[in-house]
Amino acid sequence: MPPLAMSLLQRVCQAGLVAWVVGTLTFVLTRTLPGDMAYRIAAGRYGHEQVTAAAAEAVRAELALEGSAVQAYLQWFGDLARGDLGRSLVSGQPVAGELQHLLGHSAQLAGVAIVMALLIGVPFGLASGLSRHRLLDRLGLALAVAMRSLPPFVIGLGLIMLFSITLGWLPAAGSGHLTHLWLPAMALALGLAAVSSRVTHHAMARVAASPFYAFARQKGLSARQALYRHGLRNVSVPVVAYLGVQLIYLMEGVVVIESLFAWPGIGHALVHAVVARDVPMIQGTALVLGLGFVLLNALVDLACRGLDPLRQTS
Amino acid sequence: MTTTATHHRIPLLRLRVPLPRARMAGALLLALLIAFGWLVPLWHDVSPHHQDLMHTLTPPGAEHLLGTDPLGRSMLGRLTEAVRLSLGLALLSVASAAVPGVVFGVIAGWRPGLVDRSLGLVADVVLALPGLLLVLLLAAIAPGTFWSLYVGIALVLWVEYFRVVRTATRTLISAPQVQCARMLGFGPGYIFRRHLWPELAPEVTTLAAFGASTAVLAVSSLGFVSIGLRPPTAELGLMMTELFPFYQEAPWLLAQPVIMLFLMVLSFQLLAGREPQ
Repeated sequence: MPPLAMSLLQRVCQAGLVAWVVGTLTFVLTRTLPGDMAYRIAAGRYGHEQVTAAAAEAVRAELALEGSAVQAYLQWFGDLARGDLGRSLVSGQPVAGELQHLLGHSAQLAGVAIVMALLIGVPFGLASGLSRHRLLDRLGLALAVAMRSLPPFVIGLGLIMLFSITLGWLPAAGSGHLTHLWLPAMALALGLAAVSSRVTHHAMARVAASPFYAFARQKGLSARQALYRHGLRNVSVPVVAYLGVQLIYLMEGVVVIESLFAWPGIGHALVHAVVARDVPMIQGTALVLGLGFVLLNALVDLACRGLDPLRQTS
Repeated sequence: MTTTATHHRIPLLRLRVPLPRARMAGALLLALLIAFGWLVPLWHDVSPHHQDLMHTLTPPGAEHLLGTDPLGRSMLGRLTEAVRLSLGLALLSVASAAVPGVVFGVIAGWRPGLVDRSLGLVADVVLALPGLLLVLLLAAIAPGTFWSLYVGIALVLWVEYFRVVRTATRTLISAPQVQCARMLGFGPGYIFRRHLWPELAPEVTTLAAFGASTAVLAVSSLGFVSIGLRPPTAELGLMMTELFPFYQEAPWLLAQPVIMLFLMVLSFQLLAGREPQ
């Protein structure tokens, strides 16, 4: 099998595993919920004052909360396989429809965060990798370690304090306007940029010290020409590959950062669903986050192959 | 083998070579944090839950060394409890991830077969999702409990030891010195002690340090979005959520858990002695 098909097949298997893990865990969740689920859902739907035994029984009948475990498990996966994610227990709306709406916001946030991280991290790493100053290297390392010692939500808190409360430049939370995107994207991007700048630094230093780079300069290319023609593509391979490793940080960050900034995305919805025990919504959001993770990983694989001719032939 | 040993090749518990400065700093910082969490309550016994509603939001002073929170609870008492909780959970989950991870990794790398393949499958299942998502789903099954966080974090962490140790063992086992030792009739115990562990130890200690920082961050992240541990538990992320509304009246309060979390993760990052990942 060609390596490209092999790696794509692996990702398809991973997507299957994601569906199985999420499906099983959420199924266990429905079975182990403390308290009476019917009452809880009824309270979520009609408000705490309106909950009566009749309302709870109506919910119980509608959602088929009784029955054997194995049967329910098979039915659970039957629904999942048909793409039927059910209805949110809180809003009563189909989960799939809500997810579409949420996914757009999350994709926007994650995309902007990745672009920002590359715009911050890569130039810094290139500069410190090209310069022979040890100080710049040390400074970059210290900054990166410090950034990685702060979780994204603490960086987010700091940004809110600085830009929203003290300076009053940007709104602290919400969505709908482009200004709402800056702070959450920046909170995610700073942590990503910390690692990207270090990876870029090492890749650039290695390329700059290599014989082919010295030859490029010797044959008369300017520093800029050598960088553009012989440096950047070589540097880009590890940077993109490491972006794949960093996707875990991004996904985990999205969940927390969206909650902090009230960004109406998948992560925010997941946290709300966990608090409200809205199991179909937990399943849907976790599934989309997991599949998004697999998809982004597959894209990173493809990008690495496209950038690195050695991988295409081997 | 000892001739190739470099400064970062440190067998566990036998620190003959001086540690690089960053690791020393990390170890020192961790020791200070442990002292803060476990020793301070010995001479300054303050309950993290005792309320003194006449003295809320007091700045650090003689009576309350680090001030009091909006409910009049001693911040010193709460911070020490939070540090004990985070460090305790981190060390516990790292230990219970590292031991099976290394043992199964060595077995799988040494004797490829059924164990290797089935454990590899389990590892793939765990790695299919981002770690925090798995911990979050487990935390949703048993909300607010310590053990659900512990199980989730240990489950996510053991995979890394397993994979790294398995790959390293595969190459080590076919190395000449191990082949010789086996032909001379040395048993697996001797080979592990003499040939495998000295090579694996630096990797495992680095993984342990990064794993501990992952654990601390996961607990505080879940606490921060209110799906981890529940109030009135003093947990760093939860404390930040509780204290953020009082940021303008009492900025020193919010700063305390933030600084604590930073120092804790920093100590593990330095201890890892590697570029951040």
